[in-house]
Amino acid sequence: MNLFNAIAVGFKEIWSHKFRSLLTMLGIILGVSSLVAMSAIVKGMENGMREALIAIGGLEKIRIEQQEIPTEQQHLADQAVGLTVHDLHALKASAPMVTQVAPEMRHRNLRVTKGGKTTEWANVIGTWPSAIDINQHVIEHGRMFNEVDDDFTRNVCVIGTNSRDQLFGDEEDQGRPPIIPIGDTINIGGEPFVVIGMFERYESETEKKRRAFERSQPKTEQSGPARSRGWGGRGRGGDFIFRMKNSTIYMPLNTMYLKFKSAVGTNSLPDPRLDVINIRIAEIDELEPSLQQAKNVLMHTHKGIEDFSFMTQENMGEGIVTAIRNARLSGGLIAIISLLVGGIGIVNIMLASITERVREIGIRKAIGASNSNIFIQILVESTAIAILGGLAGLVTSYGFVEILRAINPTDNTPVITPMAMIVAFIFSALVGVVAGIIPAFKAAKLDPIQALRYE
Amino acid sequence: MSLVELRNVSKIYHLGGEEIRALDDLSLDIEADEFISIIGPSGSGKSTLMHILGCLDTPSRGTLKLDGTEIQNASKKELARIRNEKIGFVFQFFNLLPKLNVIQNVELPMIYSGVSSRDRYDRAMEALKLVGLENRGKHRPMQLSGGQQQRVAIARALVNNPKIVFADEPTGNLDSHTGEAILTLFRKLSEEGRTIALVTHDPEIAAVTPRRIEIRDGKVAKQLDARLAGLDRLAAGVTA
Repeated sequence: MNLFNAIAVGFKEIWSHKFRSLLTMLGIILGVSSLVAMSAIVKGMENGMREALIAIGGLEKIRIEQQEIPTEQQHLADQAVGLTVHDLHALKASAPMVTQVAPEMRHRNLRVTKGGKTTEWANVIGTWPSAIDINQHVIEHGRMFNEVDDDFTRNVCVIGTNSRDQLFGDEEDQGRPPIIPIGDTINIGGEPFVVIGMFERYESETEKKRRAFERSQPKTEQSGPARSRGWGGRGRGGDFIFRMKNSTIYMPLNTMYLKFKSAVGTNSLPDPRLDVINIRIAEIDELEPSLQQAKNVLMHTHKGIEDFSFMTQENMGEGIVTAIRNARLSGGLIAIISLLVGGIGIVNIMLASITERVREIGIRKAIGASNSNIFIQILVESTAIAILGGLAGLVTSYGFVEILRAINPTDNTPVITPMAMIVAFIFSALVGVVAGIIPAFKAAKLDPIQALRYE
Repeated sequence: MSLVELRNVSKIYHLGGEEIRALDDLSLDIEADEFISIIGPSGSGKSTLMHILGCLDTPSRGTLKLDGTEIQNASKKELARIRNEKIGFVFQFFNLLPKLNVIQNVELPMIYSGVSSRDRYDRAMEALKLVGLENRGKHRPMQLSGGQQQRVAIARALVNNPKIVFADEPTGNLDSHTGEAILTLFRKLSEEGRTIALVTHDPEIAAVTPRRIEIRDGKVAKQLDARLAGLDRLAAGVTA
């Protein structure tokens, strides 16, 4: 008896017990669809996390920060220069593995105001135009300042949407078209600055969907006096990383230095040090050689004093990998257990079916079916149930994911991957084969004489 | 050389420490083209004998040669192949598969011997023609009368051209008229040159076969050959 015949017989048997087979398959269907849906949820989660990683510049972005001088170099402390513009030029000239550099010069006590309004918190940074690329900013309106603005220390700035909301009003306040404050003047640390550009609103997929969802819902009236509802929880720019990015205010480095850091006003000493140098390397695979190259260059400009340190996003990258692995492991375990339960259902029904068909097996053996013929027939039947269940499960998983979306439209979109489907399908087929072994063995070793007498 | 050579065969069962000899040192030959009946009351061992002759079981002692091959030590796989190719069974309760139609039932032995699906159909139709049921191919067994079902079972037994057909109480579940027709069919098949062994407890049914073997307590109690008997009578007439 060839396999094709066995398969045909197996399907006939399944078809002649439609309801029973369907119930048996249900276990596999649920197992497969939960496996696929689970991996889709994890994939959605992963996408959400990667989004955040990309928002802060990706793995290729490295921060160089000031650091305490190491103990063995303490005697050289008064020689240490800190991070300066010289480092930027040195890196650009001598570190080919570093593709881009952008400084960050911050000032802690700058108040940003517009008329009576002020920002709750703004990230005021003096930098170079290259900061746009390194920090993955996108200008939606106006322009980024350029080298000329920097050379002339112009009072210009580019702001994020959060700062715009706080200084000019929330675009969604009354459902009015968004305010584009290009050309308006705001006040930073007592100096008038012209807004020449505005970034797009950075938000996670989740946040975007939440806002879209809220807009589609009728606006719920807040009862009681008007009030701010605080920072925590939802709203107000969503995730911390995106909120921070939306609160950025960029101005040219020279403007920052001359207006706020040189010996003007209450500053008694000029402070040319940069807080951070952001660099971008060409290849993440060559992270370590690239860091070494940057370090060599900086050791030169720092007279051998190691008063700086590197900060990479490796930990965040690894954190994402670990979180995904954990989610996959726990979700996968549950889904696989449910598949196994489905498999046990198959074992159960096949055993019952064999008891029902003892006489048939006896007849088949009497007319020449060998033990292995019977074994294969039962195995094919259980595998066919599992494979049909697996296929139906793949279809059902789409329904599952749709339901998940409907229940929680603002969460990360679950993404069904072909890999998950293949794995779930193969696993279901495997469960079918394994589940068939015990019943098939039992059927194969039935004695034909006893089986023929069986009523 | 006989088609079946059974030599000193015993089948011993152990039931709760007690030894039961279902067959006791039994020897028997069946020639090709013979039409024989094996008769005996229930418990005589005739079913056990048929199981051993039909390769459903193996003897505890003694040898069995079927068509020139020794099979007392054959493996289960070899036994299955021998049953498939050299032996046909007809049972009291027909033993057709209710989920398959008549043609599929008749095709079943050929599925296990690996005949291609087109040949299977042709040969199944041929076998059905032999038993006069060629226009019932698409019916289910349950839609046929008992006699028709038994004819389908006979077609199934014949379809692989076996060396010998065993019929275990083939009329036991039929009324006497239908039973008569089945026996006539067997006689006709025998005349066409097939080897058939009827197993029955009923001497009247056994009377249709020229040679009768009576089993009692696991031994051959009496052998009767109508042809030889005729010769005897002839001889007796000559002497008288």
